[in-house]
Amino acid sequence: MARFAMVIDTRQCVGCMDCVVACKTENGVPEGFNRDWIVQDVNGIYPTLHMEIRSERCNHCDNPPCVYCCPTGASHVHDLGGVVLVHHEKCIGCKACLAACPYDARFVHPEGYADKCTFCIHRVEKGLQPSCVAVCPTYCMYFGDLDDPLSEVSLLLTSRKYHLLLPETGTQPHIYYLT
Amino acid sequence: MLELTTTRHNPMIDPTLHVWGWEIPVYLFLGGMVAGIMIISGYFLFSGRHRASTQCSCFQVPLVGIALLTLGMLALFLDLEHKPFTWRLYTTFEIKSPMSWGAWILVLVYPALAAVAALRIPESWRIAFKGRLARLVLFSERIRGSAAATKTIGIVNMLLGGLLGIYTGVLLSALGARPLWSSSILWLLFVVSGLSSAAAFAHMIARDPYERVLLAKADNGFLIFELFVFALFFIGLASTSEAHLRAAQLLLGGAFAPAFWVFVIGLGIIIPLIVQLMAVNGKIPHTPMAPILVMGGGLALRFVIVSAGQFSHWMNAHGLPLPF
Ligand code: SF4
Ligand code: SF4
Repeated sequence: MARFAMVIDTRQCVGCMDCVVACKTENGVPEGFNRDWIVQDVNGIYPTLHMEIRSERCNHCDNPPCVYCCPTGASHVHDLGGVVLVHHEKCIGCKACLAACPYDARFVHPEGYADKCTFCIHRVEKGLQPSCVAVCPTYCMYFGDLDDPLSEVSLLLTSRKYHLLLPETGTQPHIYYLT
Repeated sequence: MLELTTTRHNPMIDPTLHVWGWEIPVYLFLGGMVAGIMIISGYFLFSGRHRASTQCSCFQVPLVGIALLTLGMLALFLDLEHKPFTWRLYTTFEIKSPMSWGAWILVLVYPALAAVAALRIPESWRIAFKGRLARLVLFSERIRGSAAATKTIGIVNMLLGGLLGIYTGVLLSALGARPLWSSSILWLLFVVSGLSSAAAFAHMIARDPYERVLLAKADNGFLIFELFVFALFFIGLASTSEAHLRAAQLLLGGAFAPAFWVFVIGLGIIIPLIVQLMAVNGKIPHTPMAPILVMGGGLALRFVIVSAGQFSHWMNAHGLPLPF
């Protein structure tokens, strides 16, 4: 069983937003909506400031509240790699999953169903990288299988420090930010 | 200093979550009130109180309950973004999803309410249908004559009413991403508020003077208990985490405080409580004003909790100034 994850090196990301544009192009994300986005997180007291630039998206959580709350089973965990997906034709647009996601990673597609990042599963199934990873000009994003101890993502997580987003919510997110 | 900027501006999500407008608070209020109606009329049947008066409100309120629940479900339907697929709710039962539980509970609630309503066919219906309801009238009289049958219908209504009321609270409290909702007693708050709105409504339409006083006294009890549950709700939030404390502050002194203190606590609980206490002590006559205020307070509670809950967040992710 594979367990897909993304590792993003915040020391290399320059916030160019290529990943955002690639996602929108690859997935036909409607105008005004984002499946991924850039956050500039500035902490500290001037002049001792620390800035982190992050490319954020659905965390494809191991403990996904968006899946648990879905009344129709539209939100589900895909067999391949534990990716969290939405069956469009099962979704009633109740928006419970939007409220359940602490990362606000979902939105309602203009056609009425809940939408979000899919880890580009249609590409991954063909052996390709998610489009955001494929286009990153600084090569700061890595995608792979955490269940494989020799995968690039597993090795990075054993050798580098990282943090997760809102681990206190108990979602067990699968996007790791190298610091 | 903490400064966050984001390029994301998704509709309904940014700058703060606002996926649910008026429909969900209305649905939760009507669902809670119908739950209260089922518990109260179920109790009247179970305790045999319906035998003491031919005008027992337990026979009238379920009919109103059916109408209110239908309105509530209409509001819920209006809120759905993918309406042609609504039937998908009934092709599965998702055990972890409170909304799925609710969908199936609602299916059971209708026949339970109809069973109570059918125990006494309204006189006006008998006249309007000119004897065509004779069989139904005979059947309902036979059931009404059986203590075991009325008790069973009463118990079923109390149970289903309890489940429906609990569900309206758990629906929100299961969404732990919103700190204001992630309280283990939100369900109790909604059940008590639903009971109080139902008692207020039955009090308003009760024809039997003894029953009117009884319902007013019950409502006073529910209102006092609701204040107590509010205190527990806030203590619980304040002692959980920084995010939960900030969520509680939204109601106590933040952006939602005026609506909370004026409409939910002041006009919805304190003033009707004083008026009803005076009424049951014979100082003033019973007036529909107090029940109307109680029901308005119940509706305001759902609006405040749904809106403030969507505003509450684990992190101030969008650089917004906190509203207090
Ligand atoms: S990030 Fe949000 S939408 Fe994605 S799996 Fe986790 S809870 Fe669900
Ligand atoms: S909006 Fe769709 S995917 Fe989300 S919880 Fe409702 S039915 Fe499930």
